[in-house]
Amino acid sequence: MTLRLDVIWKEWLQFALGLGNTVWLCAVSMLLSLLLGVLFVVPLMSRRRYVRAVARTAVDSGRCIPFLLLTYLVYYALPSLGLSLDKWTAALITLVIYNTAYMAEILRAAWVHLPPGQTEAGRAFGYTGIRLFRRIILPQVLIAVGPVVGNQLIQLIKDSAFLSIITLPELTYAANSVQSFYFVPFESFLVATLLYWGLCGAVEYLVQRGERLAAMVRRGHGH
Amino acid sequence: MATDPVPAVELRGLVKQFGGHEVLVSIDLAVMPGETVCIVGPSGSGKSTLLRCINWLERPDRGSVFLHGVRVGYRRSDGGNVLMSDPELAMLRTRVGMVFQHFNLWPHMTALGNVIESPIHVLGRPRGEAVAEGERLLEKVGLADKRDVYPAFLSGGQMQRVAIARALAMRPEVLLFDEATSALDPELVGEVLAVMKDLAREGRTMIVVTHEMKFAREAASRVVFLDNGRIVEIAPAEVFFEKPASERARQFLERYR
Repeated sequence: MTLRLDVIWKEWLQFALGLGNTVWLCAVSMLLSLLLGVLFVVPLMSRRRYVRAVARTAVDSGRCIPFLLLTYLVYYALPSLGLSLDKWTAALITLVIYNTAYMAEILRAAWVHLPPGQTEAGRAFGYTGIRLFRRIILPQVLIAVGPVVGNQLIQLIKDSAFLSIITLPELTYAANSVQSFYFVPFESFLVATLLYWGLCGAVEYLVQRGERLAAMVRRGHGH
Repeated sequence: MATDPVPAVELRGLVKQFGGHEVLVSIDLAVMPGETVCIVGPSGSGKSTLLRCINWLERPDRGSVFLHGVRVGYRRSDGGNVLMSDPELAMLRTRVGMVFQHFNLWPHMTALGNVIESPIHVLGRPRGEAVAEGERLLEKVGLADKRDVYPAFLSGGQMQRVAIARALAMRPEVLLFDEATSALDPELVGEVLAVMKDLAREGRTMIVVTHEMKFAREAASRVVFLDNGRIVEIAPAEVFFEKPASERARQFLERYR
Protein backbone atom coordinates (compact mmCIF):
# COMPACT_ATOMS: atom_id res chain seq x y z
CA MET A 1 0.00 0.00 0.00
CA THR A 2 1.12 3.56 -0.51
CA LEU A 3 0.59 6.18 2.14
CA ARG A 4 -1.59 8.98 0.86
CA LEU A 5 0.07 11.73 2.83
CA ASP A 6 -0.83 14.24 0.11
CA VAL A 7 -4.41 14.12 1.35
CA ILE A 8 -3.30 14.78 4.90
CA TRP A 9 -1.19 17.68 3.70
CA LYS A 10 -4.14 19.10 1.81
CA GLU A 11 -6.26 18.93 4.93
CA TRP A 12 -3.56 20.19 7.32
CA LEU A 13 -5.80 23.05 8.41
CA GLN A 14 -8.42 20.63 9.76
CA PHE A 15 -5.77 18.84 11.78
CA ALA A 16 -4.29 22.10 13.00
CA LEU A 17 -7.69 23.42 14.08
CA GLY A 18 -8.49 20.11 15.74
CA LEU A 19 -5.20 20.12 17.59
CA GLY A 20 -5.70 23.77 18.54
CA ASN A 21 -9.16 23.04 19.92
CA THR A 22 -7.88 20.07 21.91
CA VAL A 23 -5.08 22.19 23.34
CA TRP A 24 -7.12 25.18 24.38
CA LEU A 25 -10.05 23.15 25.71
CA CYS A 26 -7.74 21.03 27.85
CA ALA A 27 -5.60 23.98 28.97
CA VAL A 28 -8.54 26.18 29.92
CA SER A 29 -10.45 23.40 31.65
CA MET A 30 -7.30 22.37 33.53
CA LEU A 31 -6.80 25.91 34.83
CA LEU A 32 -10.47 26.24 35.82
CA SER A 33 -10.36 22.82 37.47
CA LEU A 34 -7.29 23.73 39.47
CA LEU A 35 -8.98 26.91 40.70
CA LEU A 36 -12.19 25.04 41.58
CA GLY A 37 -10.14 22.21 43.07
CA VAL A 38 -8.51 24.70 45.43
CA LEU A 39 -11.99 25.86 46.51
CA PHE A 40 -13.13 22.25 46.95
CA VAL A 41 -10.12 21.07 48.92
CA VAL A 42 -10.94 23.41 51.81
CA PRO A 43 -14.24 21.69 52.70
CA LEU A 44 -12.58 18.32 51.98
CA MET A 45 -10.13 19.11 54.79
CA SER A 46 -12.69 20.78 57.07
CA ARG A 47 -12.67 19.98 60.77
CA ARG A 48 -16.46 19.57 60.63
CA ARG A 49 -17.46 16.07 59.67
CA TYR A 50 -20.67 16.87 57.78
CA VAL A 51 -18.90 19.50 55.67
CA ARG A 52 -16.30 16.88 54.78
CA ALA A 53 -19.01 14.34 53.95
CA VAL A 54 -20.84 16.68 51.57
CA ALA A 55 -17.63 17.66 49.77
CA ARG A 56 -16.49 14.04 49.60
CA THR A 57 -19.80 12.96 48.03
CA ALA A 58 -19.59 15.71 45.41
CA VAL A 59 -15.99 14.86 44.52
CA ASP A 60 -16.61 11.12 44.30
CA SER A 61 -19.70 11.67 42.14
CA GLY A 62 -17.59 13.56 39.64
CA ARG A 63 -14.75 11.08 39.75
CA CYS A 64 -16.75 7.90 39.50
CA ILE A 65 -18.66 8.54 36.30
CA PRO A 66 -17.26 7.55 32.90
CA PHE A 67 -16.23 10.60 30.93
CA LEU A 68 -18.27 9.51 27.93
CA LEU A 69 -21.40 9.14 30.06
CA LEU A 70 -20.85 12.55 31.64
CA THR A 71 -20.61 14.03 28.14
CA TYR A 72 -23.93 12.39 27.20
CA LEU A 73 -25.51 13.70 30.39
CA VAL A 74 -24.40 17.28 29.91
CA TYR A 75 -25.12 17.49 26.17
CA TYR A 76 -28.12 15.20 25.64
CA ALA A 77 -29.82 14.85 29.03
CA LEU A 78 -29.69 18.39 30.40
CA PRO A 79 -31.92 19.74 27.57
CA SER A 80 -34.78 17.58 28.90
CA LEU A 81 -34.42 19.52 32.14
CA GLY A 82 -34.73 22.70 30.10
CA LEU A 83 -31.01 23.48 29.97
CA SER A 84 -29.70 23.42 26.43
CA LEU A 85 -26.03 24.12 25.91
CA ASP A 86 -24.12 24.60 22.68
CA LYS A 87 -21.46 21.94 22.16
CA TRP A 88 -18.55 24.19 23.13
CA THR A 89 -20.08 25.11 26.45
CA ALA A 90 -21.12 21.51 27.04
CA ALA A 91 -17.60 20.29 26.25
CA LEU A 92 -15.96 22.78 28.55
CA ILE A 93 -18.39 22.10 31.39
CA THR A 94 -17.95 18.34 31.04
CA LEU A 95 -14.16 18.62 31.09
CA VAL A 96 -14.23 20.95 34.08
CA ILE A 97 -16.66 18.87 36.18
CA TYR A 98 -14.77 15.65 35.53
CA ASN A 99 -11.35 17.16 36.07
CA THR A 100 -12.22 19.27 39.12
CA ALA A 101 -13.14 16.12 40.98
CA TYR A 102 -9.66 14.74 40.29
CA MET A 103 -7.91 18.01 41.11
CA ALA A 104 -9.64 18.31 44.47
CA GLU A 105 -8.63 14.76 45.36
CA ILE A 106 -5.03 15.29 44.17
CA LEU A 107 -4.73 18.52 46.17
CA ARG A 108 -6.16 16.84 49.25
CA ALA A 109 -3.67 14.00 49.07
CA ALA A 110 -0.77 16.47 48.79
CA TRP A 111 -2.09 18.50 51.73
CA VAL A 112 -2.38 15.39 53.89
CA HIS A 113 1.22 14.48 53.09
CA LEU A 114 2.60 17.89 54.00
CA PRO A 115 4.82 17.43 57.09
CA PRO A 116 2.79 18.49 60.16
CA GLY A 117 5.69 20.75 61.18
CA GLN A 118 4.83 23.09 58.32
CA THR A 119 1.40 24.12 59.54
CA GLU A 120 2.66 23.96 63.09
CA ALA A 121 5.38 26.51 62.34
CA GLY A 122 2.73 28.59 60.61
CA ARG A 123 0.51 28.54 63.68
CA ALA A 124 3.44 29.27 65.99
CA PHE A 125 4.18 32.39 63.93
CA GLY A 126 0.63 33.71 64.14
CA TYR A 127 -0.97 32.20 61.05
CA THR A 128 -4.49 30.88 61.15
CA GLY A 129 -7.41 30.17 58.82
CA ILE A 130 -7.28 31.53 55.27
CA ARG A 131 -3.91 33.21 55.75
CA LEU A 132 -2.33 29.95 56.90
CA PHE A 133 -3.82 28.23 53.85
CA ARG A 134 -2.83 30.93 51.37
CA ARG A 135 0.72 31.66 52.53
CA ILE A 136 2.00 28.38 53.98
CA ILE A 137 -0.09 25.40 52.85
CA LEU A 138 -1.34 26.20 49.33
CA PRO A 139 2.00 27.18 47.73
CA GLN A 140 3.61 23.97 48.94
CA VAL A 141 0.63 21.86 47.91
CA LEU A 142 0.61 23.41 44.42
CA ILE A 143 4.32 22.71 43.96
CA ALA A 144 3.93 19.17 45.25
CA VAL A 145 1.04 18.33 42.89
CA GLY A 146 2.78 19.69 39.76
CA PRO A 147 3.90 16.33 38.40
CA VAL A 148 0.61 14.60 39.29
CA VAL A 149 -1.36 17.41 37.65
CA GLY A 150 0.77 16.95 34.54
CA ASN A 151 -0.09 13.26 34.41
CA GLN A 152 -3.74 14.11 34.93
CA LEU A 153 -3.50 16.59 32.05
CA ILE A 154 -2.31 13.75 29.81
CA GLN A 155 -5.37 11.74 30.87
CA LEU A 156 -7.57 14.73 30.14
CA ILE A 157 -6.10 15.21 26.67
CA LYS A 158 -6.86 11.58 25.85
CA ASP A 159 -10.36 11.71 27.38
CA SER A 160 -11.16 14.81 25.38
CA ALA A 161 -11.25 12.60 22.27
CA PHE A 162 -14.70 11.46 23.45
CA LEU A 163 -15.95 14.96 22.73
CA SER A 164 -16.00 14.00 19.03
CA ILE A 165 -19.32 12.24 19.71
CA ILE A 166 -20.97 15.60 20.25
CA THR A 167 -19.35 16.70 16.96
CA LEU A 168 -16.96 19.03 18.65
CA PRO A 169 -14.14 19.62 16.15
CA GLU A 170 -11.20 18.53 18.31
CA LEU A 171 -8.30 16.44 17.03
CA THR A 172 -9.98 13.02 16.95
CA TYR A 173 -13.04 14.49 15.28
CA ALA A 174 -10.85 16.15 12.66
CA ALA A 175 -9.00 12.90 11.96
CA ASN A 176 -12.27 11.02 11.67
CA SER A 177 -13.84 13.47 9.26
CA VAL A 178 -10.75 13.51 7.02
CA GLN A 179 -10.54 9.72 6.92
CA SER A 180 -14.23 9.24 6.15
CA PHE A 181 -14.18 11.84 3.39
CA TYR A 182 -11.09 10.50 1.61
CA PHE A 183 -11.19 6.86 2.87
CA VAL A 184 -7.69 7.14 4.39
CA PRO A 185 -8.17 5.72 7.92
CA PHE A 186 -4.59 4.62 8.40
CA GLU A 187 -2.96 7.89 7.39
CA SER A 188 -5.48 10.05 9.17
CA PHE A 189 -5.47 8.20 12.49
CA LEU A 190 -1.69 7.79 12.36
CA VAL A 191 -1.23 11.52 12.06
CA ALA A 192 -3.69 12.14 14.90
CA THR A 193 -1.81 9.63 17.06
CA LEU A 194 1.51 11.32 16.34
CA LEU A 195 0.02 14.69 17.24
CA TYR A 196 -1.31 13.29 20.56
CA TRP A 197 2.11 11.82 21.27
CA GLY A 198 3.79 15.15 20.57
CA LEU A 199 1.32 16.98 22.78
CA CYS A 200 1.75 14.54 25.65
CA GLY A 201 5.52 14.65 25.16
CA ALA A 202 5.44 18.41 25.69
CA VAL A 203 3.39 17.95 28.87
CA GLU A 204 5.79 15.23 30.00
CA TYR A 205 8.67 17.70 29.61
CA LEU A 206 6.88 20.14 31.89
CA VAL A 207 6.19 17.32 34.35
CA GLN A 208 9.92 16.69 34.64
CA ARG A 209 10.61 20.37 35.28
CA GLY A 210 7.88 20.33 37.93
CA GLU A 211 9.38 17.22 39.50
CA ARG A 212 12.64 19.09 40.10
CA LEU A 213 10.81 21.92 41.86
CA ALA A 214 8.80 19.45 43.96
CA ALA A 215 11.99 17.62 44.92
CA MET A 216 13.52 20.90 46.08
CA VAL A 217 10.57 21.60 48.33
CA ARG A 218 10.68 18.07 49.75
CA ARG A 219 14.38 18.45 50.50
CA GLY A 220 13.71 21.82 52.14
CA HIS A 221 11.41 20.13 54.65
CA GLY A 222 14.65 19.18 56.36
CA HIS A 223 14.09 15.54 57.26
CA MET B 1 19.04 44.90 84.60
CA ALA B 2 15.96 46.27 86.31
CA THR B 3 14.10 43.54 88.11
CA ASP B 4 10.67 43.06 86.69
CA PRO B 5 8.34 41.58 89.27
CA VAL B 6 6.13 40.07 86.55
CA PRO B 7 7.47 36.81 85.09
CA ALA B 8 7.91 36.69 81.32
CA VAL B 9 6.32 33.25 81.39
CA GLU B 10 4.38 31.73 84.23
CA LEU B 11 2.79 28.28 84.38
CA ARG B 12 0.35 27.44 87.16
CA GLY B 13 -0.88 23.91 87.80
CA LEU B 14 -0.44 22.91 84.17
CA VAL B 15 -1.85 19.50 83.27
CA LYS B 16 -1.78 17.83 79.87
CA GLN B 17 -3.14 14.39 79.05
CA PHE B 18 -2.86 12.28 75.93
CA GLY B 19 -5.41 9.49 75.80
CA GLY B 20 -5.86 9.28 79.56
CA HIS B 21 -2.12 9.35 80.24
CA GLU B 22 -0.92 12.42 82.12
CA VAL B 23 2.09 13.74 80.21
CA LEU B 24 2.32 16.81 82.44
CA VAL B 25 1.07 16.24 85.96
CA SER B 26 1.05 19.64 87.61
CA ILE B 27 3.62 22.13 86.44
CA ASP B 28 4.37 25.38 88.26
CA LEU B 29 7.14 27.47 86.79
CA ALA B 30 8.00 31.16 86.57
CA VAL B 31 10.63 32.42 84.13
CA MET B 32 11.79 35.97 84.73
CA PRO B 33 12.70 38.38 81.90
CA GLY B 34 16.30 37.91 80.80
CA GLU B 35 16.58 34.39 82.16
CA THR B 36 17.72 31.39 80.17
CA VAL B 37 16.01 28.34 81.59
CA CYS B 38 17.03 24.90 80.31
CA ILE B 39 14.59 22.05 80.64
CA VAL B 40 16.31 18.69 80.81
CA GLY B 41 15.15 15.17 81.55
CA PRO B 42 14.81 11.70 80.05
CA SER B 43 12.99 11.18 76.73
CA GLY B 44 9.25 11.09 77.19
CA SER B 45 9.37 13.14 80.37
CA GLY B 46 7.12 15.80 78.84
CA LYS B 47 9.72 18.46 78.01
CA SER B 48 8.48 19.23 74.51
CA THR B 49 4.85 19.12 75.56
CA LEU B 50 5.57 21.63 78.30
CA LEU B 51 7.17 23.98 75.78
CA ARG B 52 4.31 23.57 73.32
CA CYS B 53 1.75 24.37 76.01
CA ILE B 54 3.33 27.79 76.51
CA ASN B 55 2.11 29.11 73.14
CA TRP B 56 -0.85 26.75 73.14
CA LEU B 57 0.31 24.71 70.15
CA GLU B 58 -0.82 22.07 72.61
CA ARG B 59 -3.89 23.09 74.58
CA PRO B 60 -3.43 22.34 78.28
CA ASP B 61 -6.20 20.33 79.91
CA ARG B 62 -5.96 22.26 83.16
CA GLY B 63 -3.97 25.07 84.69
CA SER B 64 -2.97 28.36 83.18
CA VAL B 65 -0.22 30.03 81.18
CA PHE B 66 0.67 33.71 81.53
CA LEU B 67 2.82 35.84 79.23
CA HIS B 68 3.92 38.92 81.14
CA GLY B 69 0.83 38.56 83.27
CA VAL B 70 -1.57 38.10 80.33
CA ARG B 71 -3.39 34.80 80.35
CA VAL B 72 -2.92 32.70 77.20
CA GLY B 73 -5.96 30.96 75.74
CA TYR B 74 -8.64 32.75 77.74
CA ARG B 75 -9.79 36.30 77.91
CA ARG B 76 -11.91 38.02 80.50
CA SER B 77 -15.46 38.73 79.53
CA ASP B 78 -18.28 39.81 81.88
CA GLY B 79 -16.34 38.57 84.88
CA GLY B 80 -15.88 35.08 83.40
CA ASN B 81 -13.17 33.52 81.25
CA VAL B 82 -13.94 32.88 77.61
CA LEU B 83 -11.87 30.73 75.29
CA MET B 84 -9.91 32.88 72.85
CA SER B 85 -10.82 32.80 69.17
CA ASP B 86 -8.22 31.49 66.72
CA PRO B 87 -7.15 34.99 65.58
CA GLU B 88 -6.78 36.17 69.20
CA LEU B 89 -4.66 33.15 70.03
CA ALA B 90 -2.63 33.69 66.86
CA MET B 91 -1.80 37.26 67.88
CA LEU B 92 -0.65 36.08 71.31
CA ARG B 93 1.55 33.46 69.65
CA THR B 94 3.41 36.17 67.75
CA ARG B 95 4.85 37.32 71.09
CA VAL B 96 6.61 33.98 71.50
CA GLY B 97 9.37 32.90 69.12
CA MET B 98 9.76 29.19 68.51
CA VAL B 99 12.60 27.09 67.13
CA PHE B 100 11.78 23.48 66.25
CA GLN B 101 13.76 20.26 66.28
CA HIS B 102 13.20 19.75 62.54
CA PHE B 103 13.61 23.47 61.73
CA ASN B 104 10.26 23.59 59.89
CA LEU B 105 11.49 26.28 57.53
CA TRP B 106 9.03 26.99 54.74
CA PRO B 107 10.73 25.39 51.74
CA HIS B 108 8.99 27.52 49.11
CA MET B 109 10.66 30.67 50.43
CA THR B 110 14.30 31.74 50.45
CA ALA B 111 16.21 32.20 53.71
CA LEU B 112 15.30 35.90 53.76
CA GLY B 113 11.76 35.05 52.64
CA ASN B 114 11.35 32.84 55.70
CA VAL B 115 12.64 35.56 58.01
CA ILE B 116 10.45 38.39 56.68
CA GLU B 117 7.32 36.32 56.04
CA SER B 118 5.49 36.69 59.35
CA PRO B 119 6.66 40.22 60.18
CA ILE B 120 5.09 41.36 56.90
CA HIS B 121 2.04 39.12 56.60
CA VAL B 122 1.08 38.66 60.24
CA LEU B 123 2.44 41.74 62.02
CA GLY B 124 1.89 44.04 59.04
CA ARG B 125 5.32 45.65 59.15
CA PRO B 126 6.40 47.62 56.08
CA ARG B 127 8.33 45.42 53.65
CA GLY B 128 11.43 47.63 53.49
CA GLU B 129 11.76 47.64 57.26
CA ALA B 130 11.26 43.87 57.48
CA VAL B 131 13.88 43.25 54.79
CA ALA B 132 16.44 45.51 56.48
CA GLU B 133 15.88 43.78 59.80
CA GLY B 134 15.87 40.34 58.16
CA GLU B 135 19.23 41.01 56.53
CA ARG B 136 20.64 42.19 59.83
CA LEU B 137 19.40 39.03 61.57
CA LEU B 138 20.81 36.73 58.88
CA GLU B 139 24.12 38.49 59.37
CA LYS B 140 23.84 37.98 63.12
CA VAL B 141 23.49 34.20 62.66
CA GLY B 142 26.35 34.24 60.14
CA LEU B 143 24.29 33.64 57.00
CA ALA B 144 24.22 37.01 55.24
CA ASP B 145 25.48 35.35 52.05
CA LYS B 146 22.62 32.81 52.05
CA ARG B 147 19.85 35.38 51.92
CA ASP B 148 18.52 34.27 48.51
CA VAL B 149 19.11 30.55 48.98
CA TYR B 150 16.24 28.09 49.40
CA PRO B 151 16.27 25.77 52.44
CA ALA B 152 16.86 22.73 50.20
CA PHE B 153 20.36 24.04 49.53
CA LEU B 154 21.30 24.70 53.17
CA SER B 155 22.89 22.31 55.66
CA GLY B 156 20.93 21.35 58.77
CA GLY B 157 22.96 23.75 60.88
CA GLN B 158 22.35 26.58 58.43
CA MET B 159 18.62 25.80 58.29
CA GLN B 160 18.41 25.94 62.06
CA ARG B 161 20.25 29.28 62.18
CA VAL B 162 17.80 30.68 59.60
CA ALA B 163 15.01 29.36 61.81
CA ILE B 164 16.50 31.25 64.76
CA ALA B 165 16.65 34.44 62.67
CA ARG B 166 13.04 33.83 61.67
CA ALA B 167 12.03 33.63 65.34
CA LEU B 168 14.01 36.77 66.25
CA ALA B 169 12.37 38.73 63.42
CA MET B 170 9.10 38.66 65.36
CA ARG B 171 10.85 40.61 68.17
CA PRO B 172 9.44 38.06 70.60
CA GLU B 173 9.27 38.48 74.36
CA VAL B 174 10.32 34.87 74.86
CA LEU B 175 12.20 32.39 72.72
CA LEU B 176 11.35 28.70 72.91
CA PHE B 177 13.85 26.09 71.67
CA ASP B 178 12.45 22.60 71.21
CA GLU B 179 15.49 20.28 71.03
CA ALA B 180 16.97 22.62 68.46
CA THR B 181 20.11 20.54 67.91
CA SER B 182 18.75 16.98 68.22
CA ALA B 183 18.21 16.48 64.49
CA LEU B 184 21.65 17.78 63.53
CA ASP B 185 24.77 15.86 62.57
CA PRO B 186 27.22 16.14 65.49
CA GLU B 187 29.61 18.39 63.57
CA LEU B 188 26.82 20.92 62.96
CA VAL B 189 25.62 21.19 66.55
CA GLY B 190 28.32 23.65 67.61
CA GLU B 191 27.40 26.44 65.17
CA VAL B 192 23.77 26.44 66.39
CA LEU B 193 24.70 26.31 70.08
CA ALA B 194 27.11 29.23 69.54
CA VAL B 195 24.24 31.38 68.24
CA MET B 196 22.03 30.32 71.15
CA LYS B 197 24.78 31.16 73.64
CA ASP B 198 25.11 34.64 72.15
CA LEU B 199 21.38 35.18 72.56
CA ALA B 200 21.52 34.06 76.20
CA ARG B 201 24.41 36.44 76.84
CA GLU B 202 22.40 39.31 75.32
CA GLY B 203 19.84 38.76 78.04
CA ARG B 204 17.07 37.33 75.88
CA THR B 205 14.41 35.42 77.75
CA MET B 206 14.83 31.83 76.63
CA ILE B 207 13.31 28.48 77.50
CA VAL B 208 15.43 25.71 76.06
CA VAL B 209 14.56 22.03 75.93
CA THR B 210 17.84 20.29 75.33
CA HIS B 211 20.02 17.21 75.72
CA GLU B 212 23.18 19.33 75.50
CA MET B 213 24.33 19.36 79.14
CA LYS B 214 27.44 21.36 78.36
CA PHE B 215 25.28 24.09 76.84
CA ALA B 216 22.91 24.03 79.82
CA ARG B 217 25.81 24.31 82.23
CA GLU B 218 27.35 27.26 80.39
CA ALA B 219 24.31 29.21 79.23
CA ALA B 220 21.45 28.51 81.62
CA SER B 221 20.64 30.70 84.58
CA ARG B 222 18.47 27.90 85.94
CA VAL B 223 17.87 24.29 85.07
CA VAL B 224 14.53 22.53 85.32
CA PHE B 225 14.71 18.75 85.67
CA LEU B 226 11.57 17.06 84.42
CA ASP B 227 10.75 13.41 84.96
CA ASN B 228 7.47 11.61 84.29
CA GLY B 229 5.63 14.88 83.74
CA ARG B 230 6.72 16.42 87.04
CA ILE B 231 9.29 19.05 87.88
CA VAL B 232 11.63 17.13 90.15
CA GLU B 233 14.13 19.91 90.61
CA ILE B 234 14.67 23.57 89.74
CA ALA B 235 18.11 24.95 90.54
CA PRO B 236 20.75 27.40 89.32
CA ALA B 237 22.84 25.65 86.65
CA GLU B 238 26.01 25.32 88.71
CA VAL B 239 24.07 23.89 91.66
CA PHE B 240 22.16 21.42 89.51
CA PHE B 241 25.26 20.08 87.81
CA GLU B 242 27.52 20.06 90.90
CA LYS B 243 25.11 19.00 93.62
CA PRO B 244 21.76 17.79 92.26
CA ALA B 245 19.31 17.45 95.11
CA SER B 246 17.36 14.45 93.88
CA GLU B 247 18.44 10.87 93.29
CA ARG B 248 16.66 10.87 89.89
CA ALA B 249 18.67 13.87 88.70
CA ARG B 250 21.91 12.25 89.91
CA GLN B 251 21.11 9.08 87.94
CA PHE B 252 20.18 11.15 84.90
CA LEU B 253 23.36 13.24 84.97
CA GLU B 254 25.45 10.09 85.46
CA ARG B 255 24.68 9.13 81.86
CA TYR B 256 26.23 12.33 80.53
CA ARG B 257 29.57 11.97 82.27
